[in-house]
Amino acid sequence: MSQAHSRAIKPVGLDAAAARQRCLGYRRRILEISQQVTALHIAPAFSCLEMVDVVYHDLMRRDAGSSPPVFLDSFVISKGHGCLSQYVILEDFGVLTRADLDCYCTPAGRLGAHPDYGVPGMEASTGSLGHGMGICTGMAYAEKIQRRDRNIYVVLSDGEMQEGSTWESMMMAANLGLGNLIALLDLNDFQGMGRTSVTHPKFYPILDKVQAFGWDAAEVNGHDAAAIYDAVNSRQAGRPFFLVGRTVKGRGVSYMENAPIWHYRSPSREEYQQALDELKEISS
Amino acid sequence: MFAETFYEAGQTNPRLCAVVADISPAGAMTKFSQAFPERFINTGVAEQIMIGMCAGMALRGLRPFAYTIATFTLFRPFEFVRDDLCYHNLPVTIVGIGGGVTYSTLGSTHHAQEDIAVASALPNMAVIAPCDPAETRAATLWCVDQERGPVYMRLGKAGEPDLTSQAEAPFEFGKIRYLQRGRDVCIIGYGPILKLGKELAAKFEAHGRSVSLISAHTLKPLDVDGITEALNAHRQVVVIEEMSPHGGLGAQVKQIAWDIRASCRLDAFSLRDAFIHNYGSHKDLLAAHGLDLETLSAQLGLAA
Repeated sequence: MSQAHSRAIKPVGLDAAAARQRCLGYRRRILEISQQVTALHIAPAFSCLEMVDVVYHDLMRRDAGSSPPVFLDSFVISKGHGCLSQYVILEDFGVLTRADLDCYCTPAGRLGAHPDYGVPGMEASTGSLGHGMGICTGMAYAEKIQRRDRNIYVVLSDGEMQEGSTWESMMMAANLGLGNLIALLDLNDFQGMGRTSVTHPKFYPILDKVQAFGWDAAEVNGHDAAAIYDAVNSRQAGRPFFLVGRTVKGRGVSYMENAPIWHYRSPSREEYQQALDELKEISS
Repeated sequence: MFAETFYEAGQTNPRLCAVVADISPAGAMTKFSQAFPERFINTGVAEQIMIGMCAGMALRGLRPFAYTIATFTLFRPFEFVRDDLCYHNLPVTIVGIGGGVTYSTLGSTHHAQEDIAVASALPNMAVIAPCDPAETRAATLWCVDQERGPVYMRLGKAGEPDLTSQAEAPFEFGKIRYLQRGRDVCIIGYGPILKLGKELAAKFEAHGRSVSLISAHTLKPLDVDGITEALNAHRQVVVIEEMSPHGGLGAQVKQIAWDIRASCRLDAFSLRDAFIHNYGSHKDLLAAHGLDLETLSAQLGLAA
Protein backbone atom coordinates (compact mmCIF):
# COMPACT_ATOMS: atom_id res chain seq x y z
CA MET A 1 0.00 0.00 0.00
CA SER A 2 1.09 3.58 -0.33
CA GLN A 3 2.31 4.79 3.02
CA ALA A 4 1.40 8.40 2.42
CA HIS A 5 3.00 10.71 4.89
CA SER A 6 1.49 13.57 6.77
CA ARG A 7 4.30 15.57 5.23
CA ALA A 8 2.75 15.14 1.81
CA ILE A 9 -0.75 15.79 2.99
CA LYS A 10 -0.08 18.61 5.43
CA PRO A 11 1.58 21.34 3.43
CA VAL A 12 0.66 23.90 6.04
CA GLY A 13 3.29 23.98 8.74
CA LEU A 14 2.57 24.02 12.41
CA ASP A 15 1.72 27.33 14.05
CA ALA A 16 3.71 26.96 17.27
CA ALA A 17 2.34 30.16 18.81
CA ALA A 18 -1.21 28.94 18.29
CA ALA A 19 -0.31 25.59 19.84
CA ARG A 20 1.13 27.29 22.92
CA GLN A 21 -1.96 29.39 23.31
CA ARG A 22 -4.27 26.41 22.94
CA CYS A 23 -2.36 24.41 25.53
CA LEU A 24 -2.54 27.28 28.01
CA GLY A 25 -6.30 27.25 27.61
CA TYR A 26 -6.41 23.46 27.96
CA ARG A 27 -4.40 23.57 31.19
CA ARG A 28 -6.81 26.15 32.58
CA ARG A 29 -9.78 24.02 31.61
CA ILE A 30 -8.27 20.91 33.23
CA LEU A 31 -7.70 22.87 36.43
CA GLU A 32 -11.27 24.11 36.29
CA ILE A 33 -12.56 20.53 36.04
CA SER A 34 -10.36 19.63 38.99
CA GLN A 35 -12.54 21.76 41.22
CA GLN A 36 -15.51 19.44 40.66
CA VAL A 37 -13.95 16.15 41.77
CA THR A 38 -11.64 15.01 44.51
CA ALA A 39 -9.35 12.75 42.54
CA LEU A 40 -8.17 13.02 39.00
CA HIS A 41 -5.02 12.86 36.96
CA ILE A 42 -3.92 16.43 36.34
CA ALA A 43 -0.17 15.94 36.26
CA PRO A 44 -0.19 13.00 33.80
CA ALA A 45 -2.40 15.06 31.47
CA PHE A 46 -0.15 18.11 31.71
CA SER A 47 2.95 16.13 30.75
CA CYS A 48 1.53 14.77 27.50
CA LEU A 49 -0.64 17.78 26.60
CA GLU A 50 1.56 19.27 23.88
CA MET A 51 1.96 15.90 22.17
CA VAL A 52 -1.77 15.18 22.21
CA ASP A 53 -2.44 18.72 20.98
CA VAL A 54 -0.06 18.43 18.03
CA VAL A 55 -1.47 15.06 17.06
CA TYR A 56 -5.06 16.27 17.05
CA HIS A 57 -4.57 19.73 15.61
CA ASP A 58 -1.67 19.32 13.23
CA LEU A 59 -1.05 15.66 12.42
CA MET A 60 -4.37 13.84 12.20
CA ARG A 61 -6.18 14.33 8.95
CA ARG A 62 -9.79 15.41 9.05
CA ASP A 63 -12.66 15.09 6.68
CA ALA A 64 -12.81 18.58 5.18
CA GLY A 65 -15.89 20.51 6.10
CA SER A 66 -17.28 18.20 8.76
CA SER A 67 -18.30 19.84 12.00
CA PRO A 68 -17.55 18.62 14.59
CA PRO A 69 -14.59 17.18 12.71
CA VAL A 70 -14.48 13.58 11.57
CA PHE A 71 -10.92 12.37 11.95
CA LEU A 72 -9.59 10.07 9.26
CA ASP A 73 -6.61 9.02 11.34
CA SER A 74 -6.92 7.43 14.75
CA PHE A 75 -5.77 8.42 18.20
CA VAL A 76 -5.52 6.17 21.25
CA ILE A 77 -4.19 7.30 24.60
CA SER A 78 -2.60 4.14 25.92
CA LYS A 79 -1.77 5.95 29.15
CA GLY A 80 -5.47 6.21 29.83
CA HIS A 81 -4.91 8.21 33.00
CA GLY A 82 -3.80 11.12 30.82
CA CYS A 83 -7.17 11.32 29.07
CA LEU A 84 -8.07 14.75 30.46
CA SER A 85 -5.71 16.07 27.79
CA GLN A 86 -7.81 14.31 25.17
CA TYR A 87 -11.12 15.39 26.72
CA VAL A 88 -10.33 19.11 26.70
CA ILE A 89 -9.10 18.97 23.12
CA LEU A 90 -12.18 17.07 21.96
CA GLU A 91 -14.33 19.61 23.79
CA ASP A 92 -12.53 22.33 21.86
CA PHE A 93 -13.31 20.51 18.60
CA GLY A 94 -16.94 20.05 19.63
CA VAL A 95 -16.67 16.26 19.61
CA LEU A 96 -17.39 16.33 23.35
CA THR A 97 -19.67 18.94 24.86
CA ARG A 98 -19.06 21.39 27.65
CA ALA A 99 -21.69 19.51 29.64
CA ASP A 100 -19.73 16.28 29.13
CA LEU A 101 -16.68 17.77 30.80
CA ASP A 102 -18.69 19.54 33.47
CA CYS A 103 -20.11 16.16 34.48
CA TYR A 104 -16.70 14.45 34.49
CA CYS A 105 -16.66 11.48 36.87
CA THR A 106 -20.20 12.12 38.10
CA PRO A 107 -23.34 9.97 37.78
CA ALA A 108 -24.82 12.49 35.35
CA GLY A 109 -21.89 12.25 32.96
CA ARG A 110 -20.30 9.77 30.60
CA LEU A 111 -16.62 10.66 31.02
CA GLY A 112 -14.55 8.78 33.56
CA ALA A 113 -10.95 9.00 34.63
CA HIS A 114 -10.03 6.59 31.83
CA PRO A 115 -11.31 6.62 28.23
CA ASP A 116 -14.30 4.43 27.48
CA TYR A 117 -14.79 3.13 23.95
CA GLY A 118 -18.15 4.21 22.62
CA VAL A 119 -17.96 7.74 24.01
CA PRO A 120 -17.41 10.11 21.06
CA GLY A 121 -13.74 10.37 20.21
CA MET A 122 -12.67 7.40 22.32
CA GLU A 123 -11.33 4.83 19.91
CA ALA A 124 -10.27 2.35 22.59
CA SER A 125 -10.85 1.80 26.29
CA THR A 126 -7.60 2.07 28.15
CA GLY A 127 -6.59 2.48 31.77
CA SER A 128 -4.77 -0.77 32.33
CA LEU A 129 -1.28 -0.04 31.05
CA GLY A 130 0.31 -1.95 28.23
CA HIS A 131 -2.79 -2.39 26.09
CA GLY A 132 -2.75 0.56 23.70
CA MET A 133 0.24 -0.47 21.66
CA GLY A 134 -1.24 -3.89 20.90
CA ILE A 135 -4.64 -2.53 19.92
CA CYS A 136 -3.01 0.12 17.73
CA THR A 137 -0.77 -2.46 16.09
CA GLY A 138 -3.90 -4.38 15.14
CA MET A 139 -5.60 -1.20 13.90
CA ALA A 140 -2.59 -0.17 11.84
CA TYR A 141 -2.28 -3.63 10.32
CA ALA A 142 -5.99 -3.74 9.49
CA GLU A 143 -5.76 -0.37 7.72
CA LYS A 144 -2.71 -1.55 5.82
CA ILE A 145 -4.17 -4.79 4.48
CA GLN A 146 -7.45 -3.11 3.65
CA ARG A 147 -5.44 -0.64 1.56
CA ARG A 148 -6.65 2.40 3.46
CA ASP A 149 -4.32 5.33 3.98
CA ARG A 150 -4.88 5.85 7.69
CA ASN A 151 -2.39 6.64 10.41
CA ILE A 152 -2.73 5.41 13.97
CA TYR A 153 -1.33 7.60 16.74
CA VAL A 154 -0.78 6.21 20.22
CA VAL A 155 0.49 8.03 23.31
CA LEU A 156 2.28 5.90 25.87
CA SER A 157 3.57 6.49 29.37
CA ASP A 158 7.09 5.61 30.38
CA GLY A 159 5.64 3.44 33.14
CA GLU A 160 3.98 1.20 30.60
CA MET A 161 7.26 0.66 28.80
CA GLN A 162 7.82 -1.76 31.72
CA GLU A 163 4.93 -3.93 30.50
CA GLY A 164 6.06 -6.93 28.48
CA SER A 165 2.98 -6.59 26.31
CA THR A 166 4.24 -3.22 25.02
CA TRP A 167 7.38 -4.93 23.74
CA GLU A 168 5.42 -7.84 22.24
CA SER A 169 3.54 -5.21 20.25
CA MET A 170 6.68 -3.36 19.26
CA MET A 171 8.26 -6.57 18.03
CA MET A 172 5.16 -7.28 15.94
CA ALA A 173 4.67 -3.76 14.56
CA ALA A 174 8.25 -3.67 13.26
CA ASN A 175 7.89 -7.11 11.64
CA LEU A 176 4.74 -5.99 9.89
CA GLY A 177 6.36 -2.80 8.58
CA LEU A 178 3.63 -0.61 9.97
CA GLY A 179 4.62 2.76 8.56
CA ASN A 180 1.20 4.04 9.57
CA LEU A 181 1.81 3.51 13.30
CA ILE A 182 3.18 6.48 15.23
CA ALA A 183 3.85 6.12 18.95
CA LEU A 184 4.60 9.09 21.18
CA LEU A 185 6.17 8.38 24.55
CA ASP A 186 5.45 10.75 27.42
CA LEU A 187 8.81 10.35 29.14
CA ASN A 188 8.07 12.22 32.33
CA ASP A 189 10.22 9.86 34.42
CA PHE A 190 7.45 9.12 36.89
CA GLN A 191 5.31 6.16 37.80
CA GLY A 192 3.16 5.42 40.83
CA MET A 193 5.97 4.92 43.32
CA GLY A 194 8.43 7.48 42.05
CA ARG A 195 10.91 7.95 39.24
CA THR A 196 10.89 5.31 36.50
CA SER A 197 14.65 5.75 36.15
CA VAL A 198 15.04 4.76 39.79
CA THR A 199 12.75 1.73 39.45
CA HIS A 200 14.66 0.50 36.42
CA PRO A 201 17.95 2.39 36.22
CA LYS A 202 19.48 0.01 33.65
CA PHE A 203 16.57 0.43 31.26
CA TYR A 204 17.47 3.94 30.12
CA PRO A 205 17.85 5.45 27.61
CA ILE A 206 14.73 4.18 25.81
CA LEU A 207 15.62 5.38 22.32
CA ASP A 208 18.23 2.74 21.54
CA LYS A 209 15.97 -0.08 22.77
CA VAL A 210 13.22 1.06 20.45
CA GLN A 211 15.61 1.35 17.50
CA ALA A 212 16.96 -2.10 18.30
CA PHE A 213 13.43 -3.43 17.84
CA GLY A 214 13.42 -2.13 14.28
CA TRP A 215 11.53 1.10 14.75
CA ASP A 216 12.44 4.46 13.35
CA ALA A 217 12.74 6.74 16.36
CA ALA A 218 13.65 10.22 17.51
CA GLU A 219 13.83 12.10 20.79
CA VAL A 220 12.65 15.65 21.36
CA ASN A 221 11.46 17.96 24.09
CA GLY A 222 7.90 16.72 24.54
CA HIS A 223 6.56 20.20 25.33
CA ASP A 224 7.92 21.70 22.11
CA ALA A 225 5.12 21.53 19.56
CA ALA A 226 7.31 22.39 16.59
CA ALA A 227 9.89 19.76 17.51
CA ILE A 228 7.18 17.11 17.90
CA TYR A 229 5.63 18.04 14.59
CA ASP A 230 8.90 18.12 12.69
CA ALA A 231 10.10 14.82 14.14
CA VAL A 232 6.92 12.98 13.17
CA ASN A 233 6.96 14.46 9.69
CA SER A 234 10.58 13.52 9.17
CA ARG A 235 9.99 9.85 9.85
CA GLN A 236 11.03 7.11 7.49
CA ALA A 237 8.52 5.32 5.30
CA GLY A 238 7.61 1.69 5.81
CA ARG A 239 8.53 1.44 9.48
CA PRO A 240 6.65 2.29 12.65
CA PHE A 241 7.82 5.51 14.24
CA PHE A 242 8.49 6.11 17.91
CA LEU A 243 8.91 9.58 19.34
CA VAL A 244 10.49 9.86 22.76
CA GLY A 245 9.13 13.10 24.20
CA ARG A 246 11.02 14.27 27.27
CA THR A 247 8.42 15.86 29.49
CA VAL A 248 7.84 17.15 32.99
CA LYS A 249 5.03 15.64 34.97
CA GLY A 250 2.64 18.39 36.03
CA ARG A 251 4.27 20.81 33.55
CA GLY A 252 3.02 24.37 33.96
CA VAL A 253 2.23 24.50 37.67
CA SER A 254 5.33 24.77 39.82
CA TYR A 255 4.11 22.85 42.84
CA MET A 256 2.81 20.01 40.66
CA GLU A 257 5.97 19.54 38.64
CA ASN A 258 7.71 16.27 39.49
CA ALA A 259 5.63 15.86 42.66
CA PRO A 260 4.14 12.34 42.77
CA ILE A 261 1.16 13.39 44.91
CA TRP A 262 -0.26 15.29 41.92
CA HIS A 263 -0.71 12.06 40.02
CA TYR A 264 -4.12 11.85 41.68
CA ARG A 265 -4.79 14.93 43.78
CA SER A 266 -7.14 17.77 43.06
CA PRO A 267 -5.97 21.22 44.09
CA SER A 268 -7.69 23.05 46.93
CA ARG A 269 -9.29 26.41 46.21
CA GLU A 270 -6.10 28.27 47.15
CA GLU A 271 -3.91 25.91 45.19
CA TYR A 272 -6.23 26.27 42.22
CA GLN A 273 -5.93 30.04 42.33
CA GLN A 274 -2.16 29.86 42.60
CA ALA A 275 -2.04 27.50 39.62
CA LEU A 276 -4.18 29.83 37.51
CA ASP A 277 -2.00 32.78 38.48
CA GLU A 278 1.24 31.16 37.44
CA LEU A 279 0.11 29.35 34.28
CA LYS A 280 1.68 30.73 31.16
CA GLU A 281 2.48 29.59 27.67
CA ILE A 282 4.99 26.77 27.56
CA SER A 283 7.39 26.07 24.75
CA SER A 284 9.73 23.50 26.27
CA MET B 1 -12.67 -29.58 10.94
CA PHE B 2 -12.32 -26.05 12.29
CA ALA B 3 -9.42 -25.30 9.97
CA GLU B 4 -11.16 -26.75 6.89
CA THR B 5 -14.30 -24.78 7.59
CA PHE B 6 -12.38 -21.61 8.35
CA TYR B 7 -10.40 -21.93 5.12
CA GLU B 8 -13.59 -22.44 3.20
CA ALA B 9 -15.25 -19.41 4.79
CA GLY B 10 -12.12 -17.36 4.20
CA GLN B 11 -12.52 -17.80 0.47
CA THR B 12 -15.75 -15.84 0.40
CA ASN B 13 -15.28 -13.59 3.43
CA PRO B 14 -12.32 -11.25 2.92
CA ARG B 15 -12.62 -9.91 6.48
CA LEU B 16 -11.70 -13.24 8.09
CA CYS B 17 -8.24 -13.33 9.61
CA ALA B 18 -6.33 -15.85 11.70
CA VAL B 19 -4.01 -14.57 14.40
CA VAL B 20 -2.10 -17.50 15.83
CA ALA B 21 0.60 -17.78 18.46
CA ASP B 22 3.23 -20.26 17.35
CA ILE B 23 0.89 -23.15 16.76
CA SER B 24 2.01 -25.52 14.05
CA PRO B 25 -0.20 -24.61 11.10
CA ALA B 26 -1.15 -28.17 10.29
CA GLY B 27 -3.60 -29.22 7.63
CA ALA B 28 -6.01 -26.65 6.37
CA MET B 29 -4.58 -23.82 8.48
CA THR B 30 -1.54 -24.07 6.20
CA LYS B 31 -3.85 -23.77 3.22
CA PHE B 32 -5.38 -20.64 4.73
CA SER B 33 -1.96 -19.13 5.44
CA GLN B 34 -0.79 -19.82 1.90
CA ALA B 35 -3.97 -18.65 0.22
CA PHE B 36 -4.33 -15.50 2.34
CA PRO B 37 -0.88 -14.58 3.63
CA GLU B 38 -1.94 -11.10 4.71
CA ARG B 39 -4.83 -12.51 6.69
CA PHE B 40 -2.72 -15.04 8.56
CA ILE B 41 -0.51 -13.61 11.30
CA ASN B 42 1.72 -15.58 13.59
CA THR B 43 2.68 -13.50 16.63
CA GLY B 44 5.06 -16.18 17.83
CA VAL B 45 5.22 -16.97 21.52
CA ALA B 46 3.42 -13.75 22.35
CA GLU B 47 -0.18 -14.27 23.34
CA GLN B 48 -0.92 -10.78 24.64
CA ILE B 49 -0.28 -9.23 21.25
CA MET B 50 -2.26 -12.06 19.63
CA ILE B 51 -5.33 -10.85 21.53
CA GLY B 52 -4.45 -7.15 21.37
CA MET B 53 -4.02 -7.28 17.60
CA CYS B 54 -7.33 -9.09 17.22
CA ALA B 55 -8.99 -6.22 19.08
CA GLY B 56 -7.40 -3.55 16.90
CA MET B 57 -8.21 -5.47 13.73
CA ALA B 58 -11.83 -5.92 14.78
CA LEU B 59 -12.05 -2.20 15.60
CA ARG B 60 -11.01 -1.53 12.01
CA GLY B 61 -13.51 -3.83 10.32
CA LEU B 62 -11.80 -7.22 10.19
CA ARG B 63 -13.09 -10.41 11.79
CA PRO B 64 -10.10 -12.05 13.43
CA PHE B 65 -9.91 -15.47 15.04
CA ALA B 66 -7.24 -15.98 17.71
CA TYR B 67 -6.08 -19.56 17.54
CA THR B 68 -3.75 -21.57 19.71
CA ILE B 69 -3.73 -24.14 22.52
CA ALA B 70 -6.69 -23.41 24.80
CA THR B 71 -4.72 -22.50 27.90
CA PHE B 72 -2.61 -20.00 25.94
CA THR B 73 -5.62 -18.35 24.33
CA LEU B 74 -7.25 -17.52 27.62
CA PHE B 75 -5.11 -17.83 30.73
CA ARG B 76 -1.85 -16.35 29.50
CA PRO B 77 -3.41 -13.19 27.98
CA PHE B 78 -6.40 -13.10 30.31
CA GLU B 79 -6.56 -9.37 30.96
CA PHE B 80 -6.27 -8.70 27.23
CA VAL B 81 -9.22 -10.97 26.62
CA ARG B 82 -11.12 -9.16 29.34
CA ASP B 83 -10.25 -5.55 28.50
CA ASP B 84 -9.47 -5.59 24.78
CA LEU B 85 -12.16 -8.01 23.62
CA CYS B 86 -14.90 -8.18 26.26
CA TYR B 87 -14.88 -4.59 27.53
CA HIS B 88 -14.91 -3.35 23.93
CA ASN B 89 -17.44 -6.07 23.05
CA LEU B 90 -15.73 -6.94 19.79
CA PRO B 91 -16.71 -9.75 17.42
CA VAL B 92 -13.51 -11.75 17.85
CA THR B 93 -13.51 -15.52 18.16
CA ILE B 94 -10.96 -17.15 20.43
CA VAL B 95 -10.38 -20.72 19.35
CA GLY B 96 -8.88 -22.79 22.13
CA ILE B 97 -7.71 -26.12 20.88
CA GLY B 98 -7.13 -29.07 23.15
CA GLY B 99 -9.59 -27.94 25.81
CA GLY B 100 -9.82 -29.90 29.04
CA VAL B 101 -7.08 -32.50 29.40
CA THR B 102 -6.78 -33.32 25.69
CA TYR B 103 -3.00 -32.86 25.78
CA SER B 104 -2.78 -35.85 28.03
CA THR B 105 0.97 -36.29 28.06
CA LEU B 106 1.98 -32.64 28.38
CA GLY B 107 1.12 -31.99 32.00
CA SER B 108 -1.07 -29.40 33.66
CA THR B 109 0.59 -26.40 31.99
CA HIS B 110 -1.14 -27.54 28.81
CA HIS B 111 -4.51 -28.42 30.30
CA ALA B 112 -7.47 -26.05 30.19
CA GLN B 113 -9.44 -27.53 33.06
CA GLU B 114 -11.18 -24.30 34.10
CA ASP B 115 -11.50 -22.46 30.79
CA ILE B 116 -15.29 -22.64 30.54
CA ALA B 117 -15.73 -21.14 34.02
CA VAL B 118 -13.12 -18.45 33.44
CA ALA B 119 -14.47 -17.46 30.03
CA SER B 120 -18.08 -17.57 31.23
CA ALA B 121 -17.30 -15.15 34.06
CA LEU B 122 -16.49 -12.39 31.57
CA PRO B 123 -19.27 -9.95 30.63
CA ASN B 124 -20.15 -10.01 26.90
CA MET B 125 -18.33 -13.29 26.32
CA ALA B 126 -20.17 -16.16 24.64
CA VAL B 127 -18.83 -19.65 25.25
CA ILE B 128 -19.31 -22.62 22.97
CA ALA B 129 -17.89 -26.13 22.89
CA PRO B 130 -18.97 -28.34 19.98
CA CYS B 131 -18.72 -32.09 20.44
CA ASP B 132 -17.78 -33.55 17.07
CA PRO B 133 -16.53 -32.54 13.61
CA ALA B 134 -19.95 -31.73 12.19
CA GLU B 135 -20.91 -29.61 15.18
CA THR B 136 -17.52 -27.90 15.05
CA ARG B 137 -18.19 -27.02 11.43
CA ALA B 138 -21.60 -25.56 12.27
CA ALA B 139 -20.26 -23.65 15.27
CA THR B 140 -17.37 -22.27 13.22
CA LEU B 141 -19.73 -21.05 10.52
CA TRP B 142 -21.80 -19.34 13.21
CA CYS B 143 -18.68 -17.66 14.61
CA VAL B 144 -17.68 -16.47 11.15
CA ASP B 145 -20.94 -14.61 10.68
CA GLN B 146 -21.74 -13.44 14.19
CA GLU B 147 -21.54 -9.78 15.16
CA ARG B 148 -22.72 -10.04 18.76
CA GLY B 149 -19.31 -9.86 20.48
CA PRO B 150 -16.44 -12.01 21.70
CA VAL B 151 -16.71 -15.79 21.63
CA TYR B 152 -14.59 -18.43 23.27
CA MET B 153 -14.83 -21.66 21.31
CA ARG B 154 -13.33 -24.67 23.03
CA LEU B 155 -12.28 -27.46 20.72
CA GLY B 156 -10.76 -30.85 21.32
CA LYS B 157 -8.32 -32.12 18.75
CA ALA B 158 -8.78 -33.64 15.34
CA GLY B 159 -10.29 -37.07 14.90
CA GLU B 160 -13.29 -37.04 17.23
CA PRO B 161 -16.00 -39.55 16.30
CA ASP B 162 -19.31 -38.51 14.84
CA LEU B 163 -21.99 -37.94 17.48
CA THR B 164 -24.43 -35.58 15.83
CA SER B 165 -25.40 -37.15 12.50
CA GLN B 166 -28.56 -38.57 14.09
CA ALA B 167 -29.41 -35.35 15.93
CA GLU B 168 -32.99 -34.25 15.45
CA ALA B 169 -32.08 -30.58 14.91
CA PRO B 170 -29.13 -28.65 13.52
CA PHE B 171 -26.71 -26.63 15.68
CA GLU B 172 -28.34 -23.47 16.89
CA PHE B 173 -26.36 -21.01 19.01
CA GLY B 174 -27.85 -20.69 22.49
CA LYS B 175 -29.99 -23.85 22.24
CA ILE B 176 -29.33 -27.29 23.62
CA ARG B 177 -29.39 -30.03 21.03
CA TYR B 178 -30.87 -33.49 21.46
CA LEU B 179 -28.58 -36.06 19.88
CA GLN B 180 -31.14 -38.68 20.81
CA ARG B 181 -34.39 -38.38 22.70
CA GLY B 182 -35.67 -40.77 25.38
CA ARG B 183 -38.11 -40.75 28.28
CA ASP B 184 -36.35 -41.82 31.46
CA VAL B 185 -32.81 -40.60 31.72
CA CYS B 186 -31.18 -37.49 30.26
CA ILE B 187 -27.43 -37.16 29.83
CA ILE B 188 -26.19 -33.62 29.22
CA GLY B 189 -22.66 -32.62 28.30
CA TYR B 190 -20.58 -30.67 25.83
CA GLY B 191 -17.44 -31.20 23.83
CA PRO B 192 -15.76 -34.49 22.92
CA ILE B 193 -16.63 -36.08 26.29
CA LEU B 194 -20.11 -36.61 24.88
CA LYS B 195 -18.57 -39.77 23.40
CA LEU B 196 -18.48 -41.04 26.99
CA GLY B 197 -22.02 -39.73 27.35
CA LYS B 198 -23.09 -41.90 24.45
CA GLU B 199 -21.44 -44.96 26.00
CA LEU B 200 -23.18 -44.17 29.27
CA ALA B 201 -26.48 -43.87 27.41
CA ALA B 202 -25.95 -47.36 25.97
CA LYS B 203 -25.29 -48.64 29.48
CA PHE B 204 -28.56 -47.14 30.76
CA GLU B 205 -30.33 -48.61 27.74
CA ALA B 206 -28.91 -52.02 28.54
CA HIS B 207 -30.62 -51.59 31.90
CA GLY B 208 -33.90 -50.97 30.16
CA ARG B 209 -33.95 -47.21 30.36
CA SER B 210 -34.96 -44.88 27.56
CA VAL B 211 -32.25 -42.21 27.32
CA SER B 212 -31.90 -38.69 25.99
CA LEU B 213 -28.47 -37.35 25.08
CA ILE B 214 -27.96 -33.59 24.85
CA SER B 215 -25.13 -31.51 23.48
CA ALA B 216 -25.18 -28.29 25.53
CA HIS B 217 -22.71 -26.77 23.09
CA THR B 218 -23.50 -23.20 24.11
CA LEU B 219 -22.38 -22.76 27.70
CA LYS B 220 -23.02 -19.04 27.69
CA PRO B 221 -25.70 -17.95 27.19
CA LEU B 222 -27.00 -21.25 28.50
CA ASP B 223 -30.37 -22.45 27.22
CA VAL B 224 -32.18 -22.21 30.55
CA ASP B 225 -35.56 -23.05 29.01
CA GLY B 226 -34.15 -26.13 27.31
CA ILE B 227 -32.43 -27.33 30.50
CA THR B 228 -35.63 -26.69 32.45
CA GLU B 229 -37.62 -28.77 30.01
CA ALA B 230 -35.05 -31.59 30.22
CA LEU B 231 -35.13 -31.53 34.05
CA ASN B 232 -38.91 -31.71 34.02
CA ALA B 233 -39.21 -34.37 31.34
CA HIS B 234 -36.87 -36.99 32.82
CA ARG B 235 -36.74 -38.87 36.10
CA GLN B 236 -32.96 -38.81 36.12
CA VAL B 237 -30.48 -36.28 34.74
CA VAL B 238 -26.74 -36.79 34.51
CA VAL B 239 -24.33 -33.97 33.64
CA ILE B 240 -20.83 -34.86 32.48
CA GLU B 241 -18.18 -32.36 31.60
CA GLU B 242 -14.45 -32.21 31.05
CA MET B 243 -14.05 -29.14 33.22
CA SER B 244 -13.48 -28.07 36.78
CA PRO B 245 -16.40 -28.68 39.17
CA HIS B 246 -16.63 -24.92 39.68
CA GLY B 247 -18.60 -22.66 37.41
CA GLY B 248 -19.39 -25.14 34.69
CA LEU B 249 -22.44 -26.85 33.29
CA GLY B 250 -23.02 -29.10 36.31
CA ALA B 251 -23.15 -26.14 38.68
CA GLN B 252 -25.52 -24.27 36.40
CA VAL B 253 -27.86 -27.22 35.87
CA LYS B 254 -28.03 -27.71 39.63
CA GLN B 255 -28.84 -24.04 40.05
CA ILE B 256 -31.65 -24.26 37.53
CA ALA B 257 -32.90 -27.45 39.19
CA TRP B 258 -33.12 -25.62 42.51
CA ASP B 259 -34.82 -22.61 40.96
CA ILE B 260 -37.53 -24.72 39.35
CA ARG B 261 -37.77 -27.16 42.31
CA ALA B 262 -36.94 -30.06 40.00
CA SER B 263 -37.82 -33.48 41.34
CA CYS B 264 -35.56 -35.65 39.20
CA ARG B 265 -32.43 -37.36 40.43
CA LEU B 266 -29.50 -35.20 39.38
CA ASP B 267 -25.83 -36.19 39.28
CA ALA B 268 -22.98 -34.07 37.94
CA PHE B 269 -19.57 -35.43 37.02
CA SER B 270 -16.57 -33.31 36.10
CA LEU B 271 -12.82 -33.14 36.27
CA ARG B 272 -11.57 -32.95 39.85
CA ASP B 273 -10.61 -29.64 41.38
CA ALA B 274 -6.98 -30.65 41.23
CA PHE B 275 -3.90 -30.61 39.09
CA ILE B 276 -3.04 -34.20 38.46
CA HIS B 277 0.37 -35.59 37.72
CA ASN B 278 -0.72 -38.44 35.49
CA TYR B 279 0.15 -39.07 31.88
CA GLY B 280 -1.15 -41.33 29.17
CA SER B 281 -3.97 -41.21 26.65
CA HIS B 282 -6.76 -38.66 26.85
CA LYS B 283 -8.95 -41.51 28.09
CA ASP B 284 -6.38 -42.32 30.78
CA LEU B 285 -6.39 -38.73 31.99
CA LEU B 286 -10.18 -38.57 32.14
CA ALA B 287 -10.19 -41.85 34.06
CA ALA B 288 -7.70 -40.39 36.52
CA HIS B 289 -10.31 -37.69 37.18
CA GLY B 290 -13.04 -40.32 37.54
CA LEU B 291 -14.53 -39.72 34.12
CA ASP B 292 -14.68 -43.26 32.72
CA LEU B 293 -17.55 -45.60 32.01
CA GLU B 294 -16.75 -47.96 34.85
CA THR B 295 -16.56 -45.27 37.54
CA LEU B 296 -19.65 -43.45 36.30
CA SER B 297 -21.61 -46.70 36.03
CA ALA B 298 -20.70 -47.65 39.57
CA GLN B 299 -21.70 -44.26 40.92
CA LEU B 300 -24.98 -44.38 39.03
CA GLY B 301 -25.85 -47.88 40.17
CA LEU B 302 -25.34 -49.44 36.75
CA ALA B 303 -22.79 -52.03 37.78
CA ALA B 304 -22.19 -54.89 35.36
